[in-house]
Amino acid sequence: MKTRLLELLEENCKYTSQDLAVMLDTSIETVEALIKELEAEQVICGYKTLINWDKMEETEHVTALIEVKVTPQRGDGFDKVAKRIYMFKEVEAVYLMSGGFDLTVIVKGKNIKEVAMFVGQKLAPLESVLSTGTHFVLKRYKDHGVIFEQPKKDERMVVSP
Amino acid sequence: MSADREDKIKDKIATKVATMPPSGIRKFFDIVSEMGDAISLGVGEPDFDTPWHVREEAIYSLEQGKTVYSANAGMLPLRQEISRYMKRRFDLLYNPTNQILVTVGGSEGIDISLRSLLNGGEEVLIPEPSFVAYMPCTVFAGGIPVPIATKSENEFKLTAKELEEAITDKSKILIFPYPNNPTGAIMEEKELKEIAEVIKKHDLIVLSDEIYAELTYGVRHVSIASIKGMYERTVILSGLSKAYAMTGWRIGYALGPASIIGAMTKMHQYVLMCAPTTSQYGAIAALKNGDDDIKHMREAYDTRRKLMINGFRNMGLSCFEPKGAFYVFPSIKETGLNSLEFCEKLLQEEKVAVVPGDAFGKSGDGYIRCSYAYSIDELKEALIRIEKFVKKLL
Repeated sequence: MKTRLLELLEENCKYTSQDLAVMLDTSIETVEALIKELEAEQVICGYKTLINWDKMEETEHVTALIEVKVTPQRGDGFDKVAKRIYMFKEVEAVYLMSGGFDLTVIVKGKNIKEVAMFVGQKLAPLESVLSTGTHFVLKRYKDHGVIFEQPKKDERMVVSP
Repeated sequence: MSADREDKIKDKIATKVATMPPSGIRKFFDIVSEMGDAISLGVGEPDFDTPWHVREEAIYSLEQGKTVYSANAGMLPLRQEISRYMKRRFDLLYNPTNQILVTVGGSEGIDISLRSLLNGGEEVLIPEPSFVAYMPCTVFAGGIPVPIATKSENEFKLTAKELEEAITDKSKILIFPYPNNPTGAIMEEKELKEIAEVIKKHDLIVLSDEIYAELTYGVRHVSIASIKGMYERTVILSGLSKAYAMTGWRIGYALGPASIIGAMTKMHQYVLMCAPTTSQYGAIAALKNGDDDIKHMREAYDTRRKLMINGFRNMGLSCFEPKGAFYVFPSIKETGLNSLEFCEKLLQEEKVAVVPGDAFGKSGDGYIRCSYAYSIDELKEALIRIEKFVKKLL
């Protein structure tokens, strides 16, 4: 039931405990206890809203995906340098990668200049960072499984056998 | 054309077509269409889009210019995939070379199986409530439809006793529509065995419409063809419409004894030549790599199903637990209205469209069919409105 509960919450975190109880065929108390447990275990790490910022003209946002090559440190591997990077508030996400580079760092800023300043003054100068390659996001088509800009219209006949 | 001339032409329409009443669904469709902004729970098809990998494969086949007729019975690779699928999912063996026919939707299968089997005046047993096409297709094929009313207290399953009582010396075919549209009823192995005894005793042929076979909840579907002694007298009619959300592709299939499939293929080749080639390419992709898609959709339907049963029971309507398809079939007898009155009033007062149960046979009166092939938000809004309406009546 845990998996199904998580799937439902991932789909829409606004489902009420009451709805979830019905959909999972269990009691409200069980649902609430399970959610508390999953939160405590940090399986559920937070509830955020998926926003298409591109549509908000008064607020400017840029996102960059930065490929970072680093020197792993003895004893700590990549974890220590990853932490030094992810602690910056500008950093949205950090992933350790297989392949041609080591870390993917996703950075958000108000404009290109702000992101460039972050890379030039904070990220690149870190001792273990060997090189960075910055790619700016031009357009978001789909995020977290949701396709943007695609109004879903029900084209089925209203009544059919 | 002048009205006079139009009347003369009208006289030339074949009697069995002219006298066939229009489907109750059609009548209700017209009423709902005029409303415009109603929430409809009237749809008999999935709300999911066909999985992208299926659509992508069909697009690729078009790009490659694969747009010619296929073999009459369907492309051999598709028949082979159907054969593997039946073995994998239902443990039934069908030979792709002579026991499988790819039809234009499950509907074509219903039509040509009846026409391939019936001589004038032979009787076709049809459990009701059930899909709207069985009765007309039987009549068009020259057969005589014999409805068998299934009952709510039996969870709308067909019982051996009901079947036995409906059989005459003219009975030839039993249409076996489980998992059932509109009731959501299913038949489990034990019940199938009881029915099978009667079928064998009277030497009937079974047309088992298993289009909803993938959509059962909590129990796996068991085909009547897998019951001892039934394989050789059963034609399975199914398709990809409901399981893979592919209604508009029109791909169905018929599986059964080589002689019957051969006769159906003969008819199919004269009438339709072959199922749409592009759709057949899509179907191959669906059957090859679509098991996960089905699982995902089945889980989503199951979640909504629970929401619906709970919703109707909370508003004081009795609603047996449907274990198949994507419909709930609550009783509205408590309200004192008949099905059509209930549906029309609900539509006018709360703008929710559900289908009157008697559109699926007389025994469906006193019930309504609500599809849950809709988003959770739409279902919740519809339930709130129906509850408001029912509260006024109870």
